[in-house]
Amino acid sequence: MSTAGFARKETYIRRILAGIAGCSLFFLALIMLFLFMEGLPVFGRLAPPDFFFGMGWYPTQEPPEFGIFPLIVGSLAVTLVSGVLAIFLGVMTAVWLTEIAPAPVRRVCKPLIELLAALPSVVVGFFGMVVIAPLLQRYLDVDTGLNLFNAGLMLAFMSVPIVCSVAEDALYGVPATLREASLALGATRWETTIRVVVPAAFSGIGTACMLGMSRSIGETMVVLMVAGGAGILPASIFDPVRPMPAAIAAEMAEAPFRGEHYHALFAIGMVLFLFTLLFNTIAQRIAEKNRQSLG
Amino acid sequence: MDATVAARRRNRQRFMFLMLRSAAAVNIAALVSVCAFLVWNGLPAISWEFLTEPPRKSMTEGGILPCITGTLFLSLGALGLSFPLGVASAVYLHEYAGHTVFARYIRLGVNNLAGVPSIVFGLFGLSFFVITCGFNVSLLSGILTLSVLTLPIIIGTAEEALRQVPAELREASLALGATQSQTIARVALPAALPGMLTGAILGLSRAAGETAAIMFTAAVFFKKGVADSLLSPVMALPNHMYVLATSGTEIDKTMPLQYGTALVLLVLVIGINIFAILIRDRLQKKQKQ
Repeated sequence: MSTAGFARKETYIRRILAGIAGCSLFFLALIMLFLFMEGLPVFGRLAPPDFFFGMGWYPTQEPPEFGIFPLIVGSLAVTLVSGVLAIFLGVMTAVWLTEIAPAPVRRVCKPLIELLAALPSVVVGFFGMVVIAPLLQRYLDVDTGLNLFNAGLMLAFMSVPIVCSVAEDALYGVPATLREASLALGATRWETTIRVVVPAAFSGIGTACMLGMSRSIGETMVVLMVAGGAGILPASIFDPVRPMPAAIAAEMAEAPFRGEHYHALFAIGMVLFLFTLLFNTIAQRIAEKNRQSLG
Repeated sequence: MDATVAARRRNRQRFMFLMLRSAAAVNIAALVSVCAFLVWNGLPAISWEFLTEPPRKSMTEGGILPCITGTLFLSLGALGLSFPLGVASAVYLHEYAGHTVFARYIRLGVNNLAGVPSIVFGLFGLSFFVITCGFNVSLLSGILTLSVLTLPIIIGTAEEALRQVPAELREASLALGATQSQTIARVALPAALPGMLTGAILGLSRAAGETAAIMFTAAVFFKKGVADSLLSPVMALPNHMYVLATSGTEIDKTMPLQYGTALVLLVLVIGINIFAILIRDRLQKKQKQ
């Protein structure tokens, strides 16, 4: 083949690969398009404030009510509970793995934490239903073991691996010279960790937390199975809630095709999508800033 | 005075290290207790019949064969689509695009696609593949939905695998007169292949355990016989578990089946993951040598 032939072939290959790589962007756009196409019609009959801030979610009543405020609050509450737990557990585990654990222990423990991420959500939900719920009911004397706390706890264990692995990367990125300088000044290993290493990795740890929260708010099966499913504003951490993904998953099968309920569920999907987009964007911003400041 | 301060600092360190160690222990204990609980309760339900026969008497007897095959078809099919697409995307991003604006947008798209909740993939699959494309609730719709869902995982791990290939290898090939595409096909890809396969295995396990994305697109609670065509719905392990545990009419009677199904799903997914971790460890050892 002539040189020109080779060059032409290279150009074709490059273009084909670029087209395939564009698929991800295309699918993301397609997801948004279809969510909005099926979700926005709900505002034809319903004013947006009534939808977002309406207090009652009674889609099958006559007349139906489509206020998703309790669902949004349910989602945020579950995410908050799981976020607090997962950030504590995940960041502490990451610090332990990078700063303290001896190498052989780390080699065994790190894959174990990763395996925690591999547990299928439906299995975690099942565990919450048949093990944690009865325990809560018996020992804490609450009305139902299927509640906000249980869901938060289960979600926490699902997001720990993400928080942990991203935070770990950040901690690894802290130059050894910083540690050595602190130790040389007479600080203990703990003082070095908490006053030097963790602050230096702070933005990476922030990214980890945001990604963990994004995982929690979008997780479906766990909240569907263990959150209790009551569309009310929770008054305590042991009240049942109905987070957004649970409402979609539980009701989509019964919603009449292209009826108001169907469009309302897609609109909830839209809200959910925007929430995760927000969390991810914040996470990426933090990560990018970090890269610039280090570079 | 100094001695007491030093002792206090030492004690504080000891206490805090203990806290950190307990945090890690809590996580590992959670994993072990879920696994142990399911093995303990699920093992009695597992029998040859359970694994090789379809359910009978409205799910209270028989086995879960159609669910196992359904899950295998769904996850392998999804990967069959997303692996080539993902690898090609990663090759473009890492070998060709560099830091162009287009590449930055693609990376942004991949990152955000990875963050989309699985239930939203389910809604998308329902409105696009099931309704707009007219595939109905079917194996095909499920495979397509899951392939979009696993795409970012494949791209991420494949790009990482390409990053691990030393630049010297590429330079040597280019210096010998090979074109860029020849270098990629004969040097970079073979060197990165094991790492890419690890990613593929992780994607497979994610697809196998996924419930929310197939609820409205592919899975039905009961269907006679195994999946016979791409356009018919299938039974799947995660969906089967969910329905048995929450809305079966005879939840007590199906309890052994629930534990058995959970155990099969767990063994499948965790087994696939352990396999991936072992491959990765061997790779890392090789690279160090």
